[in-house]
Amino acid sequence: MEPIRDLYQQVLLEHYKHPHNYGHLEHPTHQADGDNPLCGDHIHLELQVENDTIVDVKFSGMGCAISKASASIMTQVIKGKSIEEVKQLADLFYQIVKGETDVPEAPSSDLEELFIFSGVHDFPTRVKCATLAWHTLENALKQS
Amino acid sequence: MNPEVAATVDLDVHSIRADFPILNVQPYGQHLAYFDNAATTQKPQVVIDTLTQFYEQFNSNVHRGVHYLSQHATEAYEKSREIVRRFLNARSTAEIVFVRGTTEALNLLATTFGKLLQPGDEILISMMEHHSNLVPWQILAKEKDLKLKYIPITETGELDLDTFERLLSDRTRVVSVVHASNSLGTVNPIEKIIELAHQNDIPVIIDGAQAVAHISVDVQSLDADFYVFSGHKIYGPTGIGVLYGKERWLDRLPPYQAGGDMIKRVTLEETTYNVLPYKFEAGTPNIAGAVGLGVALEYVQNIGLSKIARYEMQLLEYATRAVEEIPGLRIIGTADQKIGVLSFVMDYTHPHDIGTILDQAGVAIRAGHHCTQPVMDFFGVEGTARASFAVYNTPEEIDQMVKALWQVYQLFGQ
Repeated sequence: MEPIRDLYQQVLLEHYKHPHNYGHLEHPTHQADGDNPLCGDHIHLELQVENDTIVDVKFSGMGCAISKASASIMTQVIKGKSIEEVKQLADLFYQIVKGETDVPEAPSSDLEELFIFSGVHDFPTRVKCATLAWHTLENALKQS
Repeated sequence: MNPEVAATVDLDVHSIRADFPILNVQPYGQHLAYFDNAATTQKPQVVIDTLTQFYEQFNSNVHRGVHYLSQHATEAYEKSREIVRRFLNARSTAEIVFVRGTTEALNLLATTFGKLLQPGDEILISMMEHHSNLVPWQILAKEKDLKLKYIPITETGELDLDTFERLLSDRTRVVSVVHASNSLGTVNPIEKIIELAHQNDIPVIIDGAQAVAHISVDVQSLDADFYVFSGHKIYGPTGIGVLYGKERWLDRLPPYQAGGDMIKRVTLEETTYNVLPYKFEAGTPNIAGAVGLGVALEYVQNIGLSKIARYEMQLLEYATRAVEEIPGLRIIGTADQKIGVLSFVMDYTHPHDIGTILDQAGVAIRAGHHCTQPVMDFFGVEGTARASFAVYNTPEEIDQMVKALWQVYQLFGQ
């Protein structure tokens, strides 16, 4: 596959055009803003955490296809997971975008979409776009 | 070459391209179409050779050196100042101060002007300024309780001159405006702006960073009080720029930085400052850079600025017509008078995604707010994609860009 098609896969474009969990929560327990001053991406993330589990999540903001799709997919993946699991997923995601982990033949279905970002490591200037949502998530969880 | 463009310009772009070794780089195995010239231009071989030659044969500190090398370095440095003087048609080399670049020149002016101002005084700039002609004034205004006023812009990206006239008041102490906008391409009517300001005895600073490589500047006929630019945007090295100031203004302004070279006599009690322009050149300057800048300006003059401008205008028109056919693409900055800057958005794609896709096709453009966030806010966009043209660009390269833009449309727009 040519690199550009590998980066902008259909799934990614779908999430960009129709992001999931876009909007606001009634009563978020945690929230954070993330900025990528280099390109002006901005994300606002709201979480509802109960008993160390993320029961609901929404995001809003503006950004490029990669940052927006990454936020959309992240919100899908983390919903229902414990904070501990989410931290591990963040580490896995950073490894994926840096090309430090192999793409498994058959990733478990709920993690499958994380691996569409494996193409990003060919585009070093765009890694920060992909990780913006995850860094914002970690910042939100630092609040207690 | 596209016959339409070739037929009307007497400019041998292929021999010019041969002067720029970097144009042989092939990103991802493709022809490099370098359209990021408003950020920085590439350097011709003569400029690169000058830098090497300086360090190989002349390197030494300037002024006061009694030895052979220092004498040669000083001569080369001062010869370059004379080339700049002629380039701007300044009255005297005392009016040509070497600085790091436009940003440093504007910070120098905001800081030193600031010392002459009183609370309640007004500074007038425009909404289309680069952050480097906005933030220094904003900081100054906060520090000294001054009023910072903005000349508004219109939907086409031009300055609203009627409002400008009304904004000039008896408290306005300085007007600072950009000659040509880096994000819109607009060429501002600085003659008119200077004339109106001078009717009120207000000095005018012109930020010429984007203009000098495309428009002939005569500071005396313009009657500009200050004109500043960077060397690297006119085929010269980075880290060298020029602050032109009328002698009577440079005399009035206090020094910016203090140290070596800017002094005449220092005792433990007090210091007498050096004459112009050295009063503003504290410390060892970028000597090689200044010499390289002189060579770059001569390179441009040998081709002819008006010829370069005519050629770039044809590239701009050709590119504008081609991109207008792409659905959902909107050009930001549609002034009558423009330099070769084509700024645009595609309503289904973020500028950075455009930038990445073009990059993969060998096309270098810039994407983002271009250090003009108020302009982006005015047009209601997060940023734009910007192609900016230089003398070595060709219509074929524009075709290369347009083809990649259609690919953006296929990926995102359908």
